[in-house]
Amino acid sequence: LAPWIPVVGLEIHAQISSNSKLFSGSQVQFAAPPNSLVSFFDASLPGTLPVLNRRCVEAAVMTGLALNCSINKKSLFDRKHYFYADLPAGYQITQQRVPIAVNGSLSYSLCIDNKMSQMVTKTVRIKQIQLEQDSGKSLHDDTRSQTLVDLNRAGVGLMEVVMEPDMCCGEEAAAAVRELQLILQTLGSSQAVMAEGQLRVDANVSVHHPGEPYGVRTEVKNINSMRFLAKAVDYEIQRQIEELENGGTILNETRAFDSKLGCTVPMRDKEGKQDYRFMPEPNLPPLILYDAKSLPANMNHQQVINIDWIHERLPDLPSVKREKLVEQYGILPEHSFTLLNEDGLAEFFETVVKQTQMKPKKVIGWILNDLLSYLKQHSLTVKESPVSSFLLADLLNLLEKKAISSTAAKQVLVELWKGEGKTPLEIVKEQKLELLQDQKELEQICQAVIDGQENE
Amino acid sequence: AALKGGLRSQVSAALKEGRVTPTELCQRCLALIKSTKFLNAYITVAEETALKQAKESEERYKRGQPLGILDGIPVAVKDNFNTAGIETTCASNMLKGYISPYNATVVQKLLDQGAVLLGKTNLDEFAMGSGSTDGVFGPVRNPWSYSKQYKEKSVPKSHSEDEDSNWVITGGSSGGSAAAVSSFTCFAALGSDTGGSTRNPAAHCGVVGLKPTYGLISRHGLIPLVNSMDVPGILTRCVDDAAVLLGSLAGHDPKDSTTIQDHFKPFELPNLTDVSKLSIGIPKEYHAPGLSSEILALWSKAADLFKNAGAKVVEVSLPHTRYSIVCYHVLCTAEVASNMARFDGLEYGHRSDKKESTESMYAATRREGFNDVVRGRILSGNYFLLKQNYEKYFVKALKVRRLIANDFVKVFRSGVDILLTPTTLNDAAPYMEFIQEDNRTRSAQDDILTQAANMAGLPAINVPTALSDRGLPVGLQFIGRSFQEKQLLTVAKWFEKQVQFPMIQLEEVKRHDHSVFQHQKSASFS
Repeated sequence: LAPWIPVVGLEIHAQISSNSKLFSGSQVQFAAPPNSLVSFFDASLPGTLPVLNRRCVEAAVMTGLALNCSINKKSLFDRKHYFYADLPAGYQITQQRVPIAVNGSLSYSLCIDNKMSQMVTKTVRIKQIQLEQDSGKSLHDDTRSQTLVDLNRAGVGLMEVVMEPDMCCGEEAAAAVRELQLILQTLGSSQAVMAEGQLRVDANVSVHHPGEPYGVRTEVKNINSMRFLAKAVDYEIQRQIEELENGGTILNETRAFDSKLGCTVPMRDKEGKQDYRFMPEPNLPPLILYDAKSLPANMNHQQVINIDWIHERLPDLPSVKREKLVEQYGILPEHSFTLLNEDGLAEFFETVVKQTQMKPKKVIGWILNDLLSYLKQHSLTVKESPVSSFLLADLLNLLEKKAISSTAAKQVLVELWKGEGKTPLEIVKEQKLELLQDQKELEQICQAVIDGQENE
Repeated sequence: AALKGGLRSQVSAALKEGRVTPTELCQRCLALIKSTKFLNAYITVAEETALKQAKESEERYKRGQPLGILDGIPVAVKDNFNTAGIETTCASNMLKGYISPYNATVVQKLLDQGAVLLGKTNLDEFAMGSGSTDGVFGPVRNPWSYSKQYKEKSVPKSHSEDEDSNWVITGGSSGGSAAAVSSFTCFAALGSDTGGSTRNPAAHCGVVGLKPTYGLISRHGLIPLVNSMDVPGILTRCVDDAAVLLGSLAGHDPKDSTTIQDHFKPFELPNLTDVSKLSIGIPKEYHAPGLSSEILALWSKAADLFKNAGAKVVEVSLPHTRYSIVCYHVLCTAEVASNMARFDGLEYGHRSDKKESTESMYAATRREGFNDVVRGRILSGNYFLLKQNYEKYFVKALKVRRLIANDFVKVFRSGVDILLTPTTLNDAAPYMEFIQEDNRTRSAQDDILTQAANMAGLPAINVPTALSDRGLPVGLQFIGRSFQEKQLLTVAKWFEKQVQFPMIQLEEVKRHDHSVFQHQKSASFS
């Protein structure tokens, strides 16, 4: 049988972290009472007009720069028309013709064969980033034959990041999204929490034989976590392969991932091709951005966004942070990945290092093997750790001074997890775990043991 | 006491001096509205709130602290502007009973300056039409139908014919506002202008109708027809009053991203005496098929007027004029299809009882809420926006629009200051005749002379010029350069002074002591 090459592209919607919505002044807040954050514009009251939110543009520019994109100094807004209960105006304002950023790239890393020691770096091309409105939420109540509409989310700013079909499997897709998530969180342009709907991923999947053109692709939606992303993509790849090997064909359709069944199913109301009747948004002039060179001298600072100014103020991206960690502390690259992958873990590590004489190369073991595995076992975040960085540093110092053995240290740690407020030193004393330094005393004990043996 | 002339020169002084009070003005207007009810110019009369506003204005005058020229002045607003607490219907079943929670920026500005809002005026449904005949509240009647001037000239076709049946239309779509101003029920009214909807009824009703430059006056709160062409329009009885209104309304609005950023300075119109430095352009394409010989003659006479006064009058060409109707049709219907998409019955407005599914509810709501004209434009618009048609129609139309706009740029660059054209092809048609053709046909015919200014975003004004042989008003149009309203209005004011358009002689008005509203009478132009 000829091999199959799976091809995966992604469309990711990241909710912009801002106080107010993309085109109106109503607040952005998760889980507020229904329809409590809806301005006249959000409700599509006739005669209302969109006004662009500066912060949202800055967020998109930051993200574009972090993803190595060209920022379009002139981008345009368009209307995308369709009728749905959660789209009050009957159209979404988006950027279809000329988006704010194009032609970028994202590097991410994978472990080969699940071994942390072998990491490979991959790159996915970013086709574009566009600004657009989020829709409201509609809840279908079939028992009462009604639909409940909550417009709190309608009009919230989104950045749609389109990743080219450069990925080949669920693992790559998940790793790429994870890296994007970290970048967004570092920039602060989006909190990117999938569980709160701040990061939504749709996957485009197709398979083909080497040397042949790309196969028909399907779009997979309703993926609610990183874990499900990998599962959904891999399932769909498998489904398509099986279908084709059995002589079937793949339909260019939209499918939903059913997390309970672990499979993808056709989405009923997305059948048939939609013509969105795109049209320029006449109420918004082209979005003009400036850089240091093109910035007009006498322009009102409030009305102008300077790309270079934003570029200068970008924080260190995850990839840079990792390099710095490796360089500064002599840890392995895969260690730096784990450190950054866990919220707060890198800071925890650095705090411990600052307070202990133990070499960072040794500290990292305690962080990754002991601390992290305990947290994972008990589903705790770093913030929720009963063992603070101070306590751990204390413990490691005892070890460094050779006051205790490493076995003893592990015992102390077990005790520390209980979170009873005892210091490592107190526990050592309690359990009599001190290392004996006195040579004579040691000899006496050994002798006693030997003598005891001889008596049997 | 007789108050001749306009707001700035007469009414404002009378109010300040206490010769007349805001309450008196308001009451007279309200009474006149009642006695001219047959005109059907108003959809909603806000009597209580108007009297309250008048009272507050009166207090301010008593304290010697009026807010400005507009303080206490009764005005009317076309029913496609949002007015908080007062029904806004767009003359459609879709918005019957709709009470907006906010004021359009222009409405707010008027109120902030102490104007007294009498009510909302009638229009074609959603401003689609050129007759003000296609709204759900019925057609508006042109006050001139009941004027002495018209009655004298009209010959009853048969003695059994009801005198009432040969009333003429106001033109549209801002017919209610034009009729309201024309019949003295208010001093000024807001209309809207997308293809001529302020200038057309202004011409037919013998009032001044100003279309400002696109972007000069905020559209926030104006329920849109074509976002890229709509402007709020100003209807008044004299050019100077239009300048006063313009001054109080123009300027950047942060709520409307299409308004200019530059700071706008209200101006007083100079009394132009020397027109020798002026260059007037006469676009030959505006000698359109169907232009009545009467209006043609008037246009020619006006050109001569300028020439004899020393101005340079040149024939110019706007070669793409003949494509503007079709171009407008594509762009207008496309935007309409988009703008009307929000009317689904879900958040506000009419909602159908059909409950089987969201789709069926939407479909029934829209079928029940919109008239044929609106639905027709939506269907056309959606057709032009289909993926396979977009380039062929919409993009093509945008390009043609650019050509039309460039025609004007070229002409203005060649040294012409103002263009002089007719506003309409004919004087107002009798209603019975007008409705023989459908809305689309009529709009295509009637918009020809006014539409290109909307395509190009230019300021334009109708100045009542003379009475036709039938005793009905005929106006002429001046088109100016972008944001050069001061020059445009200055020239218009000079012309107005020259032609001395006669005052309407209405029985109803006589009964209400129209001394309040008299203009200076002198020999008419024609």
